[in-house]
Amino acid sequence: MRRIHALRMGILGLAAILAASLAVLYFQTGEERHKLVSLADIGGPFRLASSNGGVVDSKELKGKPYGVFFGFTHCPEVCPTTLYEMTKALTAIGDRGKDFRLFFITVDPERDTAAMLKDYLSNFDPRIEALVPTPDELTRVAKEFRAIYEKVPGSDGEYTMNHTATVYLMNREGKLASTISYDETPENRIAKLGQLLTREWLWV
Amino acid sequence: MRLLKELTFATALTAAALYNMAPAEAHHAMIGDLMIEHPWSRETTANADVAAGFMSITNNGKEDDKLIKATAEISDTVQLHSMKIENDVMTMFEMKDGIVIPAGQTVDLKPKSLHVMFMNIKAHPKMGDEFKGTLTFEKAGTVEVEFAVEAADAGME
Repeated sequence: MRRIHALRMGILGLAAILAASLAVLYFQTGEERHKLVSLADIGGPFRLASSNGGVVDSKELKGKPYGVFFGFTHCPEVCPTTLYEMTKALTAIGDRGKDFRLFFITVDPERDTAAMLKDYLSNFDPRIEALVPTPDELTRVAKEFRAIYEKVPGSDGEYTMNHTATVYLMNREGKLASTISYDETPENRIAKLGQLLTREWLWV
Repeated sequence: MRLLKELTFATALTAAALYNMAPAEAHHAMIGDLMIEHPWSRETTANADVAAGFMSITNNGKEDDKLIKATAEISDTVQLHSMKIENDVMTMFEMKDGIVIPAGQTVDLKPKSLHVMFMNIKAHPKMGDEFKGTLTFEKAGTVEVEFAVEAADAGME
């Protein structure tokens, strides 16, 4: 009898611990949810010329998740590596992301023309296309995405650009869903992309 | 007896693996007290304008030296750069005064850090290719090197 009582107390104790942990978890997720709401302000409306011809209007992207990356063609490491890694991730995602588009917004409209960008991107996944803002449009779109870019003069009359290296993943409502950082592992890239697309699929 | 056989086999495999790795991993150049190990570059796409070169430079001497210039057959304009990523923002700057190689130390030129930048590249060597270049040090002088071309995502750890 006593043993059964002890067992019952034990089970009750475990249940209490479980309930407490769940409560902690719930409040933590609540906080996280709150953080996401403010993050959702990142990424705003844009209407920019595309390297594929015509313009891309973010309003017309409603219903389809997309990605945004800021870069430039004279970029030795971060841009080609990111494009290469995203190409690998998109290949892994396959048809699940057949309507997904990744926009490479040039932060160097002075040198990067639509034709050059089209050429540059022809070696990467066809779902990646470039957007070519005017300097004014660039100021605005970078602000919308809280992205940083800066011209750095070098010797030989050359210059390079500093810029945000984040890939922004936007959901079907055009709100920020998550980001992929430069240091992200290939597995994480695929997982985040997959999560974005799966979640979208569940909401249909 | 079986264990011995297995051990022998494992050793042979390891030796074979090391031997295969040797040509790509072990290439180096020396000048004065400096040893330049494994100069390499990443494969670029056919339309890329720029590429970066990486290597380790060890100074076995008693005085600091400085890498002040680099050349490469794939580019007429080669600069010495540094790069860092902070809060996922990439910042790059030219090392106009060169890259100091302190006495008794090794300086790594590697992704997300110091690199030799090849501007307006004229050729796009593929993985497994090599291309020639030179490095000029303030004290040790100029040395010829061969950059081994590796995968487009090499060095992403």
